[in-house]
Order: sequence, then structure tokens, then C-alpha cells
Amino acid sequence: MKNPLDTLTGTVVSGLVLTVVLYFLARAMMGA
Amino acid sequence: MSMDFIQYGLGRWLHIFFGVMWIGLLYYFNFVQVDAMKAAAADNPPTGAGISKHVAPRALFFFRWAAVGTVLMGLAMLGDKVDDALFFKDRAYMPIGIGAWLGLIMFFNVWVLIWPNQKKILGIVSATDEEKGKARRIAFLASRTNTMLSIPMLFFMSFSATFHRSLLG
Repeated sequence: MKNPLDTLTGTVVSGLVLTVVLYFLARAMMGA
Repeated sequence: MSMDFIQYGLGRWLHIFFGVMWIGLLYYFNFVQVDAMKAAAADNPPTGAGISKHVAPRALFFFRWAAVGTVLMGLAMLGDKVDDALFFKDRAYMPIGIGAWLGLIMFFNVWVLIWPNQKKILGIVSATDEEKGKARRIAFLASRTNTMLSIPMLFFMSFSATFHRSLLG
């Protein structure tokens, strides 16, 4: 599998996915 | 001049000033320079020497020291709440804690992975061609990792003050 960080699009999409994951993690940590 | 003004007024202002410079140069490297250098290397004869000699070292200077300024001003703003944020002790500081951790990982990447390897690539320290090849890959991936991490980092930095309110609705 190709490393997504080798392309700009892959890098930005990875960042967006990580944002969504961390957003729900933060909500869970805060007891929402 | 009150301590609040220094900590939250001047501190936030300088945090954003250094942060814009740091992340702006990070985006310059990733969105502009990487592909520009590839195109320059494909020219006959190659035309990227001026970028390597005159642009990249200056950009890297402001890039790495802006990272220091950003982190120092961020820590100054957190003040005695640093441990509440970084160790997730207080629910209200959890979002900024996540943003701060992302920023600290990026800071580590700048000083431990990107800058030492860029010194080899730019010839500031001596390295064999094989070492330069490895350094190029490590610096590239660390820089791309920081670009990826900057996206949630900016989300948590800008949203942390109102995160609580968004959960109430």
C-alpha cells in the first residue's frame, strides 16, 4: 500500500480523518 | 499593565504571530517548494540551486525559531493550567490539551527530525550521497506528518474555547 503522505491529497485527507477521530475522542473524554 | 494582559493579550497575540509564521512556512514547503524542486530538478540544466542555496536556509531559519516562539507563548498562556491541559486533568482543558500535544509532536519533528536532516541535505553538515538520500526521505515524511497533524491541531486550537458550549446544544 502506498504511503498517503507521499501525496498532498493523501496528507490533507489523512489530516481531516484524524480531525474527525480526535473530535469524537475529545467528546467521549469530556463525557458528552 | 496587568498580568492578565501580558499572559492572555500579548501572549495570545505573539502565539498567533509565531504560529502563522511556523505553519505558513510549513505549508510553503509542502504545498509549493517540494513540487517546485521536483520541477526544477527535471529542467535541463537543473534550476533548483538558487532555491536550495538562498530560499530554503532562510525559510528553515524562520520556520524552526517560529516553532520555538509558538510553543513558548502557548505554554505561557496555559500558565499554571499546563498540567491540567497536557495530562487531561480538567475536562474544560481537554480540547486545548489535544491541540497542545499535536503542537508539541510537531515541534519535536521540527527540531529532531526535520532540521538535523535538512542540514545534511543542504550541505550545512557533511554527508555522503547515501546519507543525504535517507535524510531527504526522513525530512520529507516528518514535514508531511506535520502538515497532516496541523489540520486537527488548528481545529482544536481555534475551537477549544467554545468546545464546551457546542456539547450543551
